[in-house]
Amino acid sequence: MNVKVLFFANLRETLGVASDTVRLPPGIDTAGALRDMIAARGEPWSALVTTKNLRVAVNQQMVGPDAPVKAGDEVAFFPPVTGG
Amino acid sequence: MTVSVQEADFDSGAEIAALSAGREDVGAVASFVGLVRADKGAGAGVGAGETAVRAMTLEHYPGMTEKALQAIVEEAHGRWDFFDARVIHRVGRLLPGERIVFVAVASSHRGEAFAACEFIMDYLKTRAPFWKKEETPQGGHWVDARESDDHAAGRWKKE
Repeated sequence: MNVKVLFFANLRETLGVASDTVRLPPGIDTAGALRDMIAARGEPWSALVTTKNLRVAVNQQMVGPDAPVKAGDEVAFFPPVTGG
Repeated sequence: MTVSVQEADFDSGAEIAALSAGREDVGAVASFVGLVRADKGAGAGVGAGETAVRAMTLEHYPGMTEKALQAIVEEAHGRWDFFDARVIHRVGRLLPGERIVFVAVASSHRGEAFAACEFIMDYLKTRAPFWKKEETPQGGHWVDARESDDHAAGRWKKE
């Protein structure tokens, strides 16, 4: 029933944690719904909805907010990438 | 097709040579090397001639990074006919002048090598999970993504 959630870069610094284990309640079945649920904890978690152009990856693939999320998945939230 | 994410520096010449070693069908190797740039200070608190960027630290998403780079190389291979490609991206703390990224493509003719090399860099900039944090006289700050990088990647979209 759990998903592993990862945070990177300035989002990781703002939240003060690199990862979290989150229990998926019934009805939370997309990356966007999971993001909104975590953001609803209040500060500093609301950064998940206030960070501009937040990206999400499910099982290490970049996806959109409508992508399905199920127990056992690895879900990562991060700002736009700046490598190269 | 090999991708590497590593803290260690790399030898561009040796990497280029390895792409054609022992073969006679390679007619072109195009390569790109990205370096840490010490932007000269024009910003607040940075004196004339003083460097605004003293170092940068590259963070990445272990596991996904390698997969994303491999997927980018495979997508390039689907578009252009080339023999081999090599991608190296460094992580950790780097100083101005140090190498960050290496991309090289070996093909029969230059057209495929140039195009695939540029495509891989453009996609790496927007799809591979790396983040840069700069150290400046004002403190550390995360580099913002550039819209021009999205445009550069977008021009490869097929109609």
